[in-house]
Amino acid sequence: MTETISSPTGLPAEAGATTPAVVDEVLLSEERIAVASQRQLIWWRFRKHRLAVISGVIIILFYLVAIFANFLAYADPTLTEAQRSFMPPQPIHLFDNGTFRPHVLGVEGARDPQTFKRVYVENPEDIRPLRLFAHGYSYKFLGLFKTDIHLIGVDGAAAEESLFLLGTDQLGRDMFSRLMIATRISMSVGLVGVVLSLVLGVTLGGLSGLYGGVVDIVIQRLIEIIRSIPTIPLWMGLAAALPREWSVVQVYFAITIIISLIGWTDLARVVRGRFLSLRSEDFVLAAELAGAGTMRILFRHMVPSFLSHIIAAMTLALPAMIISETALSFLGLGLRPPAISWGVLLQGGQNIQAIANAPWLLIVAIPVIIAILAFNFLGDGLRDAADPYGR
Amino acid sequence: MLAFFIRRILLGIVTVWAISVISFIVIQLPPGDFVDAYIAQIASTGGVVATETADQLRSQYGIDQPLPVQYVKWMSRILRGDLGVSLEFRVPVREVIGDRIWLTMAVSFGAILVTWGLALPIGIYSAVKQYSIGDYVATFIGFIGLAIPNFLLALILMYFGFKWFDLNVGGLFSAEYRIAPWSWAKVWDLIKHLPLPVLILGLGGTAQLIRIMRANLLDELHKPYVITARAKGLSETRVIMKYPVRAALNPFASTMGYLIPFVVSGSIIVATVLSLPTIGPTLLRALIAQDMFLAGAIILLLGVLTVIGTILSDLLLMWIDPRIRLEQH
Repeated sequence: MTETISSPTGLPAEAGATTPAVVDEVLLSEERIAVASQRQLIWWRFRKHRLAVISGVIIILFYLVAIFANFLAYADPTLTEAQRSFMPPQPIHLFDNGTFRPHVLGVEGARDPQTFKRVYVENPEDIRPLRLFAHGYSYKFLGLFKTDIHLIGVDGAAAEESLFLLGTDQLGRDMFSRLMIATRISMSVGLVGVVLSLVLGVTLGGLSGLYGGVVDIVIQRLIEIIRSIPTIPLWMGLAAALPREWSVVQVYFAITIIISLIGWTDLARVVRGRFLSLRSEDFVLAAELAGAGTMRILFRHMVPSFLSHIIAAMTLALPAMIISETALSFLGLGLRPPAISWGVLLQGGQNIQAIANAPWLLIVAIPVIIAILAFNFLGDGLRDAADPYGR
Repeated sequence: MLAFFIRRILLGIVTVWAISVISFIVIQLPPGDFVDAYIAQIASTGGVVATETADQLRSQYGIDQPLPVQYVKWMSRILRGDLGVSLEFRVPVREVIGDRIWLTMAVSFGAILVTWGLALPIGIYSAVKQYSIGDYVATFIGFIGLAIPNFLLALILMYFGFKWFDLNVGGLFSAEYRIAPWSWAKVWDLIKHLPLPVLILGLGGTAQLIRIMRANLLDELHKPYVITARAKGLSETRVIMKYPVRAALNPFASTMGYLIPFVVSGSIIVATVLSLPTIGPTLLRALIAQDMFLAGAIILLLGVLTVIGTILSDLLLMWIDPRIRLEQH
């Protein structure tokens, strides 16, 4: 562990000044490092990685949105209304005659006699004040009890008829509410997929690294073969072969299984590499000499020392899963309506006509990109923090 | 070296076999067989297929036999160059695929060239001028390339192309060349249309390679031999280009094998968004229409081409890197 102390991770803030107070502090922190547990060391190193911490917070926010999706949505995401097809996003007005009173204006739709497109005009007389914790469509909070309270709503009118923060799609469904619900499915597909590929990766990678020899060769060749296959066409084929009459839940699990087949090879490689390098460590030998059984050495001594690496590798595997689900659903081979996921939402903006008419359909791309970036930064930070011999 | 070569070829053969099995599974997975689908198709237009005809078709394609036998038959037909008949288009699969497979290869190859052409200089620059503004910009662009799935990038560029330049960026040919026979003018038209899809495809892999190149070169730059070269009075460009860059290139070249499957996968989706006349949209359409012989043939073909490309890139790597060439097993 002493290597970590002597190299103060190269941050300019620390390397610069050397006043006595700072020296004291460094000495003090060195004492702290000497007695800190592995977990504390990781946490301290992680905390210094500003971008990773911010990304971690963003990821937590994303999962909060996923958990409270129905509470944050204000309109029934499946409610269609031809009269509200392709409405543009609507601004919120904060002040009403100088007093702070957030409100939206009522919108009236009509068909343009020349282009036959529906155009929407705000009516400045028709003020609809916003309020918090308003009543809306009913849903099951956390899947447990029924309620109809939503974070925001409109006083004196149904939110479905007056609030369109991100516009509507072709069928007049509110994009904001659909985006909230989609976050739930898209973020959880990644989680379920990563757990599945973790099981595969740890089992096969562990076997490979632990036993070596023929087992190792066979598993390594298998990984090489899988990695040299262009995955998307194959998964497209498998996804297209899912029976059309399957329910949303069945398709959801089938898709997670299919995309988890992509991710496990990377995890298996990480686990194998760790096993190989740990097998020759002194503390493993010491445990062996002390008479510990294989299982005890494995789970008491080896697993804790590479657990953090696995967590980092999982975090880095998640964005690939999210992209896969989004891509498959976008092509119409993954989750299918009535399921709502980021890919399903993006499908609405698949062709140039739709994008030209309703560019706000592409807003869905923003959370996708933010989530993928955040997972990448978080994974990078975790990986750096988890490596005790890193820079 | 010979051992490496033989091992590589054997692995390639096993990979092709694995791909053929998966393609076969894809063909088999949908409920019913293709004769059922054919009968349903005829029935939907009011026609009737006699039971004898159906049985005859089944025995002709060997569908009444057990699966392993069917697999062997399917494979032996393919080895003889008979890819089967597309149900949807009613023409041999070979005709449907035709030019498209070459266009797919042109786009993929172009994308790999772009990836290399961008990643190499940017990676070297980022490492040599570490923590400079240029390094941060390159890292930032790299991360954006990493974070935006290339089909999203295609969608976004399509929107801006439409909004700012009022042009439809889809397709690989102008309208007048779309069905024209091949000529120099058509090739030139193709070359003019290639940059955008190639750039979109190349950018995703570039991000990763920039990071690899930068990390590799940073490891090399502080080694004693670099200091020696500099102390001998070599110019800075020569110091960097002659020694550390060459050493850093090796791991870089070895990633090329994985780049090919990545690019081919990406090209399928990007081609669908940009409606390129490549194999991607055809595969998607075949899958949705459950035209399984066409889909299976395309998956198999893409897989085989990828494996061949990977083997070629490994041979190239062997040629570049003496450590692999001289490795003794």
